[in-house]
Amino acid sequence: MLRFILYRLLQAIPVLLVVVTATFFLVRLAPGGPFSAEKAVPPEVLRALEARYHLDQPMSAQYLGYLRDLLHGDFGPSFRYPGRSVDEMIFSGLPTTAELGLYALLIALVLGTTAGVIAALRPNTTQDYLPMSAAMVGVCLPSFLLGPLLLLVFGVWLEWVPVSGWGNVPGDKILPALTLASGYTAYVARLSRGGMLEVMSQDYIRTARAKGLPEWVVVVKHGLRGGLIPVVAFAGPAFAGLLSGSFVVETIFQIPGLGRFYVQAAFNRDYTMIMGTTVFFAVLIVAFNLLADIAAVWLNPRLRHQYRKPAA
Amino acid sequence: MRIAPIRHLLLALLCALTLTGCGGRETRVEDGDREQVLHWGNGTEPQELDPHIVTGIPEHHIIIALMEGLVLKDPATLEPIPGVAERWEISADGLVYTFHLRANARWSNGDPVTAQDFSWSWWRALQPSLGNLYAYMYFPIKNAEAYATGKLKDFAQVGIQVLGERALRVTLANPTPYFLQLLDHYSMFPVHRPTLEKYGDPTQRGSDWTRAGNFVGNGPFVLKQWELNKIVVVEKSPTYWDAANVKLNAINYYPVENVSTEERMFRAGQLHITGSVPPDKIAVYRKDAPQFLRVEPYLGNYFYRFNTQLPQLADPRVRRALAMSIDRQQIVDHVTKGGQLPAYAFTPPDTLGYTAPPGFAYDPEGARALLAAAGFPDGAGFPPTELLYNTSESHRKLAVAIQQMWKRELNIEITLNNQDWKVYLDSVANGNYQIARGGWIGDYVDPNSFLDMWVTDGGNNRTGWSDPRYDELVMRLAPAAPSREQRYAWFREAETRLMEAMPVLPVFYSSRNYLVQPSLRGLPPNLLGYPLFKQIHLEAAH
Repeated sequence: MLRFILYRLLQAIPVLLVVVTATFFLVRLAPGGPFSAEKAVPPEVLRALEARYHLDQPMSAQYLGYLRDLLHGDFGPSFRYPGRSVDEMIFSGLPTTAELGLYALLIALVLGTTAGVIAALRPNTTQDYLPMSAAMVGVCLPSFLLGPLLLLVFGVWLEWVPVSGWGNVPGDKILPALTLASGYTAYVARLSRGGMLEVMSQDYIRTARAKGLPEWVVVVKHGLRGGLIPVVAFAGPAFAGLLSGSFVVETIFQIPGLGRFYVQAAFNRDYTMIMGTTVFFAVLIVAFNLLADIAAVWLNPRLRHQYRKPAA
Repeated sequence: MRIAPIRHLLLALLCALTLTGCGGRETRVEDGDREQVLHWGNGTEPQELDPHIVTGIPEHHIIIALMEGLVLKDPATLEPIPGVAERWEISADGLVYTFHLRANARWSNGDPVTAQDFSWSWWRALQPSLGNLYAYMYFPIKNAEAYATGKLKDFAQVGIQVLGERALRVTLANPTPYFLQLLDHYSMFPVHRPTLEKYGDPTQRGSDWTRAGNFVGNGPFVLKQWELNKIVVVEKSPTYWDAANVKLNAINYYPVENVSTEERMFRAGQLHITGSVPPDKIAVYRKDAPQFLRVEPYLGNYFYRFNTQLPQLADPRVRRALAMSIDRQQIVDHVTKGGQLPAYAFTPPDTLGYTAPPGFAYDPEGARALLAAAGFPDGAGFPPTELLYNTSESHRKLAVAIQQMWKRELNIEITLNNQDWKVYLDSVANGNYQIARGGWIGDYVDPNSFLDMWVTDGGNNRTGWSDPRYDELVMRLAPAAPSREQRYAWFREAETRLMEAMPVLPVFYSSRNYLVQPSLRGLPPNLLGYPLFKQIHLEAAH
């Protein structure tokens, strides 16, 4: 197992280097500079700004300088927000985004697997069609529609929950978490249904049933363990995605998370911020894929065996 | 064994949903009315709170609460009223201003605000290393431009002179009738030298002095809290010279970028005032809840620039034909629908008493005749021309409407092209366009703010158009005019020439649409949307 983890960590280095390099040059090649403004920018001011952010240096020197800073964990100052560093901005939004993402993931896993398992127990009956149709709607319903819809009903009409904010008053976390979770829930439901269908037709399930075990023990103890492997594989990258924040949900609900930075940085040509958020997201993806793989190995004895004796 | 936790979670969620049912709870606005805490929808997250670095309107709303310049503006008339300076004298030739600072002007740490503070702050604001895009606000001051652009090294030669602790003399290069207006712009606000020096090099960006806890200002409020993308809180300052007349205890600024979110927050009683209204909601508010809606003229306009260097747009007759064939009334009634006014000149009407004569009229017949005279009868032979705008639904709708009007009236084909904001900015700045959308908001209430952008090689001209007489009128004659009447007469002549040559096609004058709770008092409408926070108070409806 340790060997497996080490191997995967080594693999991550070239992946991240490619991401950093490609992003670094792509943003600089994109038309429109960070200091383009509606009002004319005097040349001496432009020169001063470029010098301040090292844009007056040759591209190669900028690149090497960036890599050096990156190794020290320094993403540099934001171009758009001159008083803030990119590190500060990312880490100021991360706790909120992580909390929201965690709720969304929990909702998605709990509701999604429940629906998926229920559907898989009686395939092609109403018990299957009903949750799966709901899941289909969930996949199709975009959050920019669902969010305002939920807000209108529960926030404005019923006045059960506040229409914006995060952590100011009890209840303001419910709708954003539900909105963010909807798509993931639907996806998890479909994945777990598929996984369960496959597992429940296996021989060892028949054996379990033959032993006279109650059906729920068969499903929960023997079925879920194998049936949820696709869900686990999905949950890793999904959580990484959730941790990068959701522009739409954060904007609709006025949540001070990370998601808005991603989109705004690109519009603002905030080079360091684009780099910072991209690298951060890449690290998350790599890390959570690794965690998902570890979980999959732990759940699946066949894989465990494979990594104990690495193939020649 | 595994189902139990799932049940618990579901149950907990259900409980949370029911328990937080809170109909009838006091809203944030009602609470604010009681506590004199204003909840202000402030658009975007402020870039910074350093008055010599920022350029935006959300920043403006916060900075004017935290700091104060030599003068303020009366929000009803926009005429200058005393700020840090309790009085001032202007020499007969309009070149020398002597300001007398009030004795009780204080920084929020208790230090007195002195003439040296202004002199040092203005020196700082002119350092190129700061990247101050508003340095040009200082250029009416003698030698300020030369100093800011590095042609002059000695700051002592700039027309800023400290006469004593409480007296400051400013010498101008030319008479500048709007100079007092500029002093109320945040780019000319003083900053607290010891604080700036404590947190790093005052001439460099990226200092921590503007953080809550570090910030020292001289305005009616002090910075209490600044949470990224969440809130900025300012509280009443006990050291402010006019603290007795400040009625609000605090202002909470919310960076709400999405107009629909903002409108929902307003409706749910979370905001006293919004920055805007979703365009499709204006009609609904007009009909169902007009007491909340405010539609006011704004010191801005919307126009199309012509690239006059292109062969098909080089002839003023073509440009005028394009201008005369647009039915602006239709546009403001059916496309923009937000109280905008059709524009037949460039400067918005009644800009500090100045209204330009209409430079043309809606006249499709006349437009066709002009186009024919320019060699394109019934649009024949007019080369394909592109209209550029930055990607946005509202710009697209307007462009489509105008494209159709040009097709219908002049029988010419204009194609539409949209670009991402930064790409569009570069295209326009580099003259890499044929016809391009533009907009302008006055930096100060004076026709000069709209007319000096079209002088030869002006940084914001970008049309390639040049007229020596226009330059003379705007740059030389108007500044030296002995009276406001004469000055406005020069401006009228200049604007008439501008409209005859038509390097820029005015479409409409802007409006400001926003929502206000009835409890908010002391915010009279004005062209700049300028709030004087010390006059604002909240009065709950009984």
